[in-house]
Amino acid sequence: MDFSKIDLWILACSGITVIVTIWMGFRSAKTSKSASDFFVAGRSVSVGWNASAISGEYLSAASFMGIAGMVMLSGYDALWYPVCYACGYLFLLLFIAGPLRRFGAYTIPDFAEGRYDSPVFRKIAVCFVLFIGFFYTMPQMKGAGTTLAYIFPGLPYWVGVALVGAVITLNVALGGMKGITLVQAVQYWIKMFAISVPVFVLLSVYGGYGKNLSQNHSAADVSSPPAIVQTVDHAITDRHALPEKAPKDEAWIAPFGPLTTKAAKAAGLTAAEAKPYSLLYTFSLIVALVCGTAGLPHILVRFYTNPDGVAAKKTTMWVMILIGVFYVFPPVFGVLGRNFLPELYAATGSKGPDKVVLELPTLIRAKYGIMGSILSGITCAGAFAAFMSTFSGLLVSMTGALAHDVYGRMLRPDATPEDRMKMFKWCAILVGSVSVLLGSMVEPLEINFMVGQAFAIAAASYFPLLFMSVWWRGMTMKGAATGMLTGGLCALLSATIVNASTLALDKGPMGKLFAGFSGINDFWKVHPLLRILCEQPAIWSVPLSIGLMIVVSKATRATIPADVRMKMLVLHAPEDLGLKQEYIQEQQGVAH
Amino acid sequence: MKPTPPHHDDFIHSEEFLSALMKRQLKLSITCATAFLVLLFGMPLLNYFTPVFMAQRVGGFTLSWLILGVLFFPYVWIIARIFITRSMALENQEVRLAAEGNKREL
Repeated sequence: MDFSKIDLWILACSGITVIVTIWMGFRSAKTSKSASDFFVAGRSVSVGWNASAISGEYLSAASFMGIAGMVMLSGYDALWYPVCYACGYLFLLLFIAGPLRRFGAYTIPDFAEGRYDSPVFRKIAVCFVLFIGFFYTMPQMKGAGTTLAYIFPGLPYWVGVALVGAVITLNVALGGMKGITLVQAVQYWIKMFAISVPVFVLLSVYGGYGKNLSQNHSAADVSSPPAIVQTVDHAITDRHALPEKAPKDEAWIAPFGPLTTKAAKAAGLTAAEAKPYSLLYTFSLIVALVCGTAGLPHILVRFYTNPDGVAAKKTTMWVMILIGVFYVFPPVFGVLGRNFLPELYAATGSKGPDKVVLELPTLIRAKYGIMGSILSGITCAGAFAAFMSTFSGLLVSMTGALAHDVYGRMLRPDATPEDRMKMFKWCAILVGSVSVLLGSMVEPLEINFMVGQAFAIAAASYFPLLFMSVWWRGMTMKGAATGMLTGGLCALLSATIVNASTLALDKGPMGKLFAGFSGINDFWKVHPLLRILCEQPAIWSVPLSIGLMIVVSKATRATIPADVRMKMLVLHAPEDLGLKQEYIQEQQGVAH
Repeated sequence: MKPTPPHHDDFIHSEEFLSALMKRQLKLSITCATAFLVLLFGMPLLNYFTPVFMAQRVGGFTLSWLILGVLFFPYVWIIARIFITRSMALENQEVRLAAEGNKREL
């Protein structure tokens, strides 16, 4: 490792973010000791803070680094990711958030148990917290490894993953960073600042968003060759020559480009033949992302930290605005990266396009000296905020599922609170270690693609469960469990196969480790349709899951919960009618 | 309003109230979702069937890029805004309805 290459500005900005985050986490953790403290304290939080906190938790390394990298690599098709990340929230608002809030279930397993009066179902539902969680932590870990390898040139990727994983795990195990509203809210503003300020500076130096896009001419604009436009301010906006490996302009800027046609191209189909496949890919991707957002385990909790339903709705409106504004910026990095950092196309892993957000601001170092370093330091700080907040949030919810549900309810229901606290720490270390191990294997995979897979699994498991349970009275526990398990596991299996076959292609150590799976790639070449359906499983797994729920529920009609009308009333009647309190009293009456 | 502990055979516990309630809510949600899904699923179709139209330049952007990368967000805000206002009005109306219904039963 070469210490002379370390930029002190970048190091300082990142260091400050890490220290402030950890310090704030511990300070707030001191004031709120138990989970109920957290929720009760949360209820006094104002709309603005709470909206920032939800947004802060939501924007992960995929949003901060992954989208830019993917837009640079794949062009237009990658735009679906930011759009659906932001708009999936609308789906959550329209169909799920309100009823779930009225029902008062803090987590999806809570809801599963309450809606069907079935502790068994809770245990089934908990599994997916872990499945989705691990798929979601892998890209966060890649973000960590990439950022550290960038700050300390020469540092091996896995060391960065292990280091960040260890710090956050230790922090969570010691009780800091328990998804505290204040920390998450500050994290949002760090991320927003870190993504927008460099964009404004870069655009003022290198010309506008539209102007940079116009340098990539599409197949449709034959008339105005961009060369004429460029001569006006040649020195400013002239883009760098693209290397061999970069996708061509026409494919990059137009829909149905490299991302969605990869499988069909590998099978040797012509552009015209490949187009229907791309359309299918695009639709499946949209379904996965939109439905997946509504089924993400760690997002729903925050709807309860509002004092009442009106505040919850206002908060959601602000979240949509805060997230939406954020998502305009990452693609700009992708476009600028294509024009001014094309050398990234040649590299793979943590040296490839996924680091374009970090690298791009240093370009203006040549012109404005230290300013470039500071800007790059700011984006590094944002990256740290992104993967730290999401990883700690996930770690807390996964550890909670293990310690509370698996240990506390299944293995040793008679455990004392001290035992449970101790177990929480051990579970945090276990989950953290597994995340680091998984994270160090995924260097060749794109950050954003991996997050998409986590969404696809959520879309086929939790989304159908929530959606159907809220709106259909005929659901039974058996129906819900069959649909959720089948759909979710199918999506999980598809994602794993695709990742294994992609890793088998890697030229590094992972290629050797996964060499046994390289046979799948030959299979994909003959069956491009199957490859697309495996890579983006949502288009069949979501209907499969919902279909199974309906069929099995109809078959087991006798086991519909007896008080389903009361449950439905609690889910749907306005909170002002006070049905919730009545329901709780009734439940307690039954229990005694 | 102050919640009064209702009896189980009154209006708000009736089948009639629940199904009307769910129907109204679902109708509002589906209306808003349709407005959203038409553009969401319409975009790939427009790209597929009218590629030249979608590739025309607007201030350097292709039309397709401008809609998806920039204009889509405000569109969703508008839908969210409409949904929130309407659903709050709906809730108030339901509370009034429930109160009236209960009075009628008495």
